[in-house]
Amino acid sequence: MIQLRQLTKTYGEGPHRTTVLDHLDLTVDDREIAAVVGPSGAGKSTLAACVTLLEPPTSGSVVVGGRELSSLGERDLRDARRQIGTVFQSDGLLSRRTAAQNVELPLRYLGVTPADRRRRVAELLDRVGLSTRADHYPHQLSGGQRQRVGIARALALRPRVLLADEATSGLDPEATASVVRLLRDLRDDLGLSILFITHEMETVLDLADSAARLDHGRIVEQGRVVDLLRDPSSSLGRALLPRRAHAASAPGTTWSVSYAGADVPPDWLARVGTVLGVDLALLGASIGAVDGHTVGHATVAVPASTDPDALVRALAGLGLHARRTDAAHPPVRRVDAVLEPVA
Amino acid sequence: MSVLAGAALTGGTPLGHIPALVIPALGQTLLMVGIVMVVVVLVGTPLGVLLHNLAPGGLVERPGLHQVLGWTVSVGRSLPFLILMAALVPVTRVLTGTNIGIAAAVVPMSLAGIAFFARIVENSLRSVPPSHVRVAKASGASPLQIVTSVQLSEALPSILGGLTINVIAMIEYSAIAGTIGAGGIGYVAVTYGYQRFDHAVMLATILVLITLVALVQLTGDTAVRTATPHARRSRRMRRPSAESTTLPA
Ligand SMILES: Nc1ncnc2c1ncn2[C@@H]1O[C@H](COP(=O)(O)OP(=O)(O)O)[C@@H](O)[C@H]1O
Ligand SMILES: [Mg+2]
Repeated sequence: MIQLRQLTKTYGEGPHRTTVLDHLDLTVDDREIAAVVGPSGAGKSTLAACVTLLEPPTSGSVVVGGRELSSLGERDLRDARRQIGTVFQSDGLLSRRTAAQNVELPLRYLGVTPADRRRRVAELLDRVGLSTRADHYPHQLSGGQRQRVGIARALALRPRVLLADEATSGLDPEATASVVRLLRDLRDDLGLSILFITHEMETVLDLADSAARLDHGRIVEQGRVVDLLRDPSSSLGRALLPRRAHAASAPGTTWSVSYAGADVPPDWLARVGTVLGVDLALLGASIGAVDGHTVGHATVAVPASTDPDALVRALAGLGLHARRTDAAHPPVRRVDAVLEPVA
Repeated sequence: MSVLAGAALTGGTPLGHIPALVIPALGQTLLMVGIVMVVVVLVGTPLGVLLHNLAPGGLVERPGLHQVLGWTVSVGRSLPFLILMAALVPVTRVLTGTNIGIAAAVVPMSLAGIAFFARIVENSLRSVPPSHVRVAKASGASPLQIVTSVQLSEALPSILGGLTINVIAMIEYSAIAGTIGAGGIGYVAVTYGYQRFDHAVMLATILVLITLVALVQLTGDTAVRTATPHARRSRRMRRPSAESTTLPA
């Protein structure tokens, strides 16, 4: 478990002083994968560095696994860091050491005997699916393989908590998928808490249980991913599942419909059409399952003669939220737009 | 002096005598450079590590101490060797009891070499990505473990390249030291080639020096290549198996 309380980090002095983290509160429960998203420069990497105290916080507290880290001296801190596995964006593998030797380093630092080191390294490389690559140097591995070696190294000392800063950024979709799958498995098998920091919304959808949006050093929105997606007023929810430009408008009015309830019937479009006695035209949709729950949104066109209130009621009865988005009510469509701070 | 003048008048050393003159001199040069390089590596490496890690952003930031150390090294680096050697005569005499010969040459050569090598090590460590150090810290490494397992280890190819340059510079310095009677190839070149216009001996010393430097360079290049995994021609090629597409379970 990770608990950050009123975490503040400032750089510089006097007039050059900038506050990168501003009284930030964040909790990652046991066995939880929590994503922190935010635009570049939001302070995500600083947050990661503060959790391991690679950067000392200016004020506030960092509690990992029940232990307050911000008051520890350098030696105790080194010990405490061993309970936190860290995966960095650049895999950070030493170029003159093989995959196995890189994974072995944290064990060497701790003073584990060679025989135990060998056994543990074999186990770890097997865990990340790279047993056959043990003797390869980093330059002989693909980006995804290097990142998995980095994850094996982070797991070497059996941490309770994994911290990943842009662990999948810069990887191709296939490698990203393999890392995401590995992280989920690790949570399920080892019961890890994972703090996953990224600017990639798609990865959050595939991986995280909860998401928090960091902006100007503060968490401006957070919640379970499913809840965020179901909340039509959540800008983080909209950013996680962005709407793409929809098909050219049909005559009539255009409505943005989103899944707000848990039991939206799959044939809702036909049902609403029957109830209202009109044909609804589907202009665009993105619907899928996140963690076993159906979530998504659609854009539909409705004949101008339809009573808007009746439409909204009919949809609400099926667990759908509707909002008119044609000219009279311009839609929010751009992804960057929703990354602006909400007033 | 009259003996030397006499030799000059008789028109140079017979070709057959040249090896007897040059080979022991080569041995002296190798001895001088060898002793110096051992001292240089033993003292210069920790000094370079300190220079790098006392600086802002290093493992143990001590800006004040860093400046003092950096300044001292810079003084050693900026004096031409001939002047350093002359300036150090009193120190050399205290340390070795003499101010001529191999023992006397080793002192100024070592000092110049240490300053040179410290900068080479510092510069090599600077090229190690800071992210490597962060990873090691996050893995629970102590500062000393970071220095050995990350900084020196990753910078090794670069340090070896610098060491090669350093050895060649020391061969050159040993020739300069030869002018104060330190022996070695330089001494032969000065006394026979320069003072007696003995062109055959001069040519022989030049050939020996060129060969020596070329050998050092070749050895150095090989060492750098061996220490760099991606420059090494790997015997163990990647197995083109189906495993490469398998993802972790
Ligand atoms: N060592 C530092 N000194 C001064 N400012 C810094 C330092 N590290 C980061 N910053 C500033 O903190 C802000 C957040 O940086 P970072 O945490 O890297 O953001 P992110 O990872 O979200 O892109 C940036 O404006 C950056 O310039
Ligand atoms: Mg970052």
